[in-house]
Amino acid sequence: MTRKQRRLVLIGSALGVLALAAVLVLSALRDSIVFFNSPTDVMEKKITAGTRIRLGGLVKPGTLTRGEELAVRFEVTDGKSAIPVAYKGILPDLFREGQGVVAEGALDPAGFFKADTVLAKHDETYMPKEVADALKKQGHWKDDYGKKK
Amino acid sequence: MIAEIGHYALVLALGLALIQSAVPLIGARLHDDTLMAVAGPTALAQFAFIAVAFAALAACYVASDFSVVNVFENSHSAKPLIYKITGVWGNHEGSMLLWVLILALFGALVALAGGNLPATLKANVLAVQSWVGAAFLLFILGTSNPFLRIAEAPFEGRDLNPILQDIGLAVHPPLLYLGYVGLSISFSFAIAALIEGRIDAAWARWVRPWTLAAWMFLTLGVAMGSYWAYYELGWGGWWFWDPVENASLMPWLAATALLHSAVVMEKRNALKVWTILLAILAFSLSLIGTFLVRSGVLTSVHTFASDPTRGVFILAILILFIGGGLALYAWRAPMLKQGGLFAPISREGALVFNNLFLTAACATVFVGTLYPLALEALTGDKISVGAPFFNLTFGPLFVPILLAMPFGPLLAWKRGDALGAAQRLIAAAGLAVVAIVAVFAFNGGGPVLAPFGIGLAVFAITGAVTDLVERTGLLRVAPAVAWTRARGLPRSAWGTAIAHFGVGLTLLGIVSESTWGIERIVSLKPSDVVSMRSYDLAFEGLTTRQGPNYRQLTARFIVRHDGQILDVMEPSKRTFATRNTSTTEAALLSRGASQLYISLGDTNADGSVSVRIYHKPLVLFIWLGAVVMVIGGLLSLSDRRLRVGAPRPARKASLQPAE
Repeated sequence: MTRKQRRLVLIGSALGVLALAAVLVLSALRDSIVFFNSPTDVMEKKITAGTRIRLGGLVKPGTLTRGEELAVRFEVTDGKSAIPVAYKGILPDLFREGQGVVAEGALDPAGFFKADTVLAKHDETYMPKEVADALKKQGHWKDDYGKKK
Repeated sequence: MIAEIGHYALVLALGLALIQSAVPLIGARLHDDTLMAVAGPTALAQFAFIAVAFAALAACYVASDFSVVNVFENSHSAKPLIYKITGVWGNHEGSMLLWVLILALFGALVALAGGNLPATLKANVLAVQSWVGAAFLLFILGTSNPFLRIAEAPFEGRDLNPILQDIGLAVHPPLLYLGYVGLSISFSFAIAALIEGRIDAAWARWVRPWTLAAWMFLTLGVAMGSYWAYYELGWGGWWFWDPVENASLMPWLAATALLHSAVVMEKRNALKVWTILLAILAFSLSLIGTFLVRSGVLTSVHTFASDPTRGVFILAILILFIGGGLALYAWRAPMLKQGGLFAPISREGALVFNNLFLTAACATVFVGTLYPLALEALTGDKISVGAPFFNLTFGPLFVPILLAMPFGPLLAWKRGDALGAAQRLIAAAGLAVVAIVAVFAFNGGGPVLAPFGIGLAVFAITGAVTDLVERTGLLRVAPAVAWTRARGLPRSAWGTAIAHFGVGLTLLGIVSESTWGIERIVSLKPSDVVSMRSYDLAFEGLTTRQGPNYRQLTARFIVRHDGQILDVMEPSKRTFATRNTSTTEAALLSRGASQLYISLGDTNADGSVSVRIYHKPLVLFIWLGAVVMVIGGLLSLSDRRLRVGAPRPARKASLQPAE
């Protein structure tokens, strides 16, 4: 093989691998991404039951109730709307009423958000409750919870 | 006073860095030995001054000097001494200081060890290294100064994030930074080579050990971070495809590719242009990692603070170095001379194969990590790309690498014999098939992919062993002869085989843990017993105790195996009053490479307590494999060829290049 042919083989195989990677990425992006929504988004976009989403907001104070067998219910709010969430399992260490939370799961036809994962922000700067409330009131609070904006 | 000394030392270091960025470069251009000789002493002095600054900050932490903002925000007088020290880099400012300290350390090491480098190359390398140093020193002094004071010093600090109060913080960031920043050396060498427009095998012989060292630290850093997350977060997971984890995985993939392509360049003088590009990309990915973690575009445990000016500043550094590096590459790379020829089926070919798939895998991680950021910036939609995405993209691209891995070392340089290599791997392939069948039979209706994963791991492991057996002729010649051959084998050959063995081990751990790991979430009352596989865990009750700066709630479990008392496991939960946060301290019980894992959840109103219990078969292989890889790297690094083999003849010629 001449130098030119060898280079063609190299470039050809490089493009082949790249194409393979691109196909994999595109197909995976179609099937396996999850959209992040605030409770207001969920209300306004009329997200259908069963679609997998991430629901983010603050845990509404006074709504956390524990049931039998590790069942937990709480509401996630962004100050405008609130969505009831049902979860079964252990809540993360940093889960607290009035603090930021992200729940992953899908809406139940009954109007509940059935979460299979609950994440609480690993907060570096402790945010006093007043700050969170202020942010909430001003509507500045987005998924960037736990941080001064 | 101490803080001011540190601040002053940092400013002086910046001054030195600026001198070092320009003077040696001009010297190399004019072939002026005196100007070029400036680089060495400034590199050493720059390191010394940054070390003084770092020591000053550490002293403020140890003394709990809360008049320094950084100490006030991240420390507490009741914190144990070890966490006062590690807390130095448990925050944004301090960790950036550690970053430049390590950068300067590498520059100083090149200055010290670079005696046999051509003078112009050494001057250019140190100048480029200093560009990076100057940019980051400017960043620290301009936007993240750790030495700022508070007018009226508070009595008490706000404490370090409890999750970071762990021995993991003492080890993980320094290791990771040694890896990240170690790649700056190959970057500087690549840029210097482009500036000179000349590159040869001696260049690769110089770059390879540095890349190898950086790669080893990076491997340990990533593995350590994974193990830390595993035991500290209490979720039993060891990899979450979190953007910050990906930020450390991408440089690792690029460094692994660079390591392999540098071999081709050193041995065969081929793939020069590609190796240079990889060296630029590997460090670029380190910078992108730093940007992702430090700029606050991501939210995670690693993201210490979000200050928009910092993000913009790091972004500017990023564009300058990555854009500049790639532009220089586009301009100068075509001038580099072509290297040696090789057939597609050859050792070089196998290493190219490895490089293609590693970089493609790295690209998918890159897309998965940055796509959400790009989409949010463009459309405002917030998405999360999680494990399913990476399993579908990264997984399939890694399988060919692992399949090809045993073949590579068995192929000859230039023109290899694929059939011959396949014949020599028959035993390894046979064992892999046996493993697949055995797992199928044993596992019954389990996941279909598991047997193949185990088979692949077995193939990788036995393939590495085959490589050694073939090289020593263990089964063909008398054992004494094989022993002599084994001792005569270059250490780098041992290193390759052992590192590849480690890859197989890690894969074995990953497949085994993700297939047969079991999780139980239960709520328990004292004297309840949970049975898991052949283990019985009896819950004894809860106790509380006061730690130095936290309160600890401990659950006591008696573990029985087939009725015999094995051990006591005490998972606990710590509540830190200062930050009103708590951490989970999981209890781990290792049996061979498998582990029992208990993490404590909430206490319920009826007096019961929620716990997560896991049994994770062979989970320790995941990290053990990484350690084995590093041992392989260490052996390869100790190879005589890399230490004394670098030839000197270029010296005279390089002093007076015939332009």
